[in-house]
Amino acid sequence: MSTNPFHPPPPPSNEAGLPPPANQKSPWTRVNTARRYVVNHLVTGLAVLSTVAVIAPLVAILIYLIYMGASSLNLAFFTHIPAPVGEPGGGMANAMVGSGIVLGLASLMGVPVGIAAGVYLAEFGRGKLLAGAIRFTADVLNGVPSIVMGIAAWVVLVDGHGFSALAGGVALAIMMVPTIARTTEEMLATVPHAIREAALGLGVPKWRTVVSVSLKTASPGIITGCMLAFARVAGETAPLLFTAFGNQFWSFKLTEPIAALPLQIYAYAISPYDEWHRLAWAGSLVLIVMIMVAVTLVRIYASRGVLKGAT
Amino acid sequence: MPPAVTNFVAAAEPAAPEGAPSPIRQFLKARGSGGTADRFFIGLMLLCALSIFGIVLFILTILTIKSKLSLHQFGFKFFVHSGWDPVAGDFGAWPFIVGTLETSFLALAMAVPLALGVAVFLSELCPAKLRAPISFVTELLAAIPSVVYGLWGVFVLVPLMRDSLGPLLYKYLSWTHLFEGPNFGVGLLTASIILAIMILPIISSITRDIMLAVPTSQREAVLALGATRWEMIRTGVLRNARIGIVGAVILGLGRALGETMAVTMVIGNHPEIAHSLFAPGYTLASVIANEFTEATGDLYLSALVEVGLALFIVTIIVNAIARGLVWAVTRGTPARAH
Repeated sequence: MSTNPFHPPPPPSNEAGLPPPANQKSPWTRVNTARRYVVNHLVTGLAVLSTVAVIAPLVAILIYLIYMGASSLNLAFFTHIPAPVGEPGGGMANAMVGSGIVLGLASLMGVPVGIAAGVYLAEFGRGKLLAGAIRFTADVLNGVPSIVMGIAAWVVLVDGHGFSALAGGVALAIMMVPTIARTTEEMLATVPHAIREAALGLGVPKWRTVVSVSLKTASPGIITGCMLAFARVAGETAPLLFTAFGNQFWSFKLTEPIAALPLQIYAYAISPYDEWHRLAWAGSLVLIVMIMVAVTLVRIYASRGVLKGAT
Repeated sequence: MPPAVTNFVAAAEPAAPEGAPSPIRQFLKARGSGGTADRFFIGLMLLCALSIFGIVLFILTILTIKSKLSLHQFGFKFFVHSGWDPVAGDFGAWPFIVGTLETSFLALAMAVPLALGVAVFLSELCPAKLRAPISFVTELLAAIPSVVYGLWGVFVLVPLMRDSLGPLLYKYLSWTHLFEGPNFGVGLLTASIILAIMILPIISSITRDIMLAVPTSQREAVLALGATRWEMIRTGVLRNARIGIVGAVILGLGRALGETMAVTMVIGNHPEIAHSLFAPGYTLASVIANEFTEATGDLYLSALVEVGLALFIVTIIVNAIARGLVWAVTRGTPARAH
């Protein structure tokens, strides 16, 4: 008992061994208790205060973005391509389509590889050192700045060939793989073993068990995980700066520079024209709404328990 | 689990008439149940998993090859030399390294105490009803793209810094000699603030996860000894989770080191080491973002690729340390408990 740091043992004043009555506590004990309670309330207050100090400005930023975006958005934004300098109007129709193309390319390459890697980690690599190393590498790769992926794609696909939508897609695909691999793995880990054993017990081969039972059971979670990865790379600008490069006009060729929403926002944000600033805000809103929808969907699945831990 | 199946099939085999395979065997074979299909499938999955190693090695290799010119020309001096003159062909990354470290650590200094407060609130104090919405908002903010934070920085934070916050800091804190010189609104301090805003949600949500991974019995034990709630948090939770919290902070650092767009938009992009926080600066990531497409000449490009290589290696190391620490704490808890 003497090791309790919070309540020093009572002085052995009475022979019965009972704690002394409250009114016999030494004044120091009382002061100490008071101090501890004051500190307790002080720290509780500080924690609440810091939460408010963090949440309030962040929410303010969010509301400000939505307000600025909504007041700048109009129909032309969705139907027109950028207007030349000095002319009012114009939109980002080509940038939205361009973003779609680049992201489609990235998903086409990144999603299958990412899911397959996740399947290996969850279904075949449990407890293996190799799987542990791959898992660790995926987590580390997740933290690598996106601009590095841009340089890598530039060296391989742009240098000597010119900017292209394909290079942008590759840069984003590299970013999607580790994220999707890890969410897929976590989703598959939530599939009960009994279901797999039931399939295997019926003589279903391993690969068929994985495809028709494990993946199918976890599919809502895996799809949302892919959407989360998609939303993450949808806002990426840095890897596209010197791969997709941007384009003021329509372009559908994979071997030519292509416009993308984040690139256009960046170009307009650092421009000196008010009209372009307005379009940048509108573009930001479109981008944020897209991402918010994805994150909200993930959240809904997470609260249903399908997607535990994926967020 | 898989051996059980093969055992079953093997056990069923002797029952079949001699010569012809059993009907079960035939049925399974018709459905593609041979070992070949399985091995092929596992091999394919393994290949995709190995591609993650491949990506890292691939990036490392091509960046090294592409920066060979600059590596040969400047050697290690590249990282300690502070000149950046594309016209004269004189390149040194020291100003960018200093700028990156200054902004990142300043951002950590601002974000970490607040993030810890938020994490303590969310995991220990928050009423259950509030927990989900607050976590949701933090996740949403972590998902906002860098370029949008940059846009907000350019049009809200920069004027704020130039017109009200900056003069205030100058008035009361000029004795520190940190807030001197002309204040344009863009500069190291503005970049640090925006970085702090961006890394706050990440640090606080990982710290919260780590604190929730501390077993409840620890809390109950400390409370049973008569501790107040804060003493419980301090001795029961924070002390147990401290390694993981350090990991979360380092993870935030890794994020801050590599943050590109928002920083490029508000830091002022000037390759000089300044002694005032109002002064414009440059970071490793922002010099690449800003100059890569305009770089002419092989040496210039190669120097920029080398900056990228340095950024890659540094963030890999920082993230590896952070992940290791976070794993050490959360290992054993099922898939990041919420």
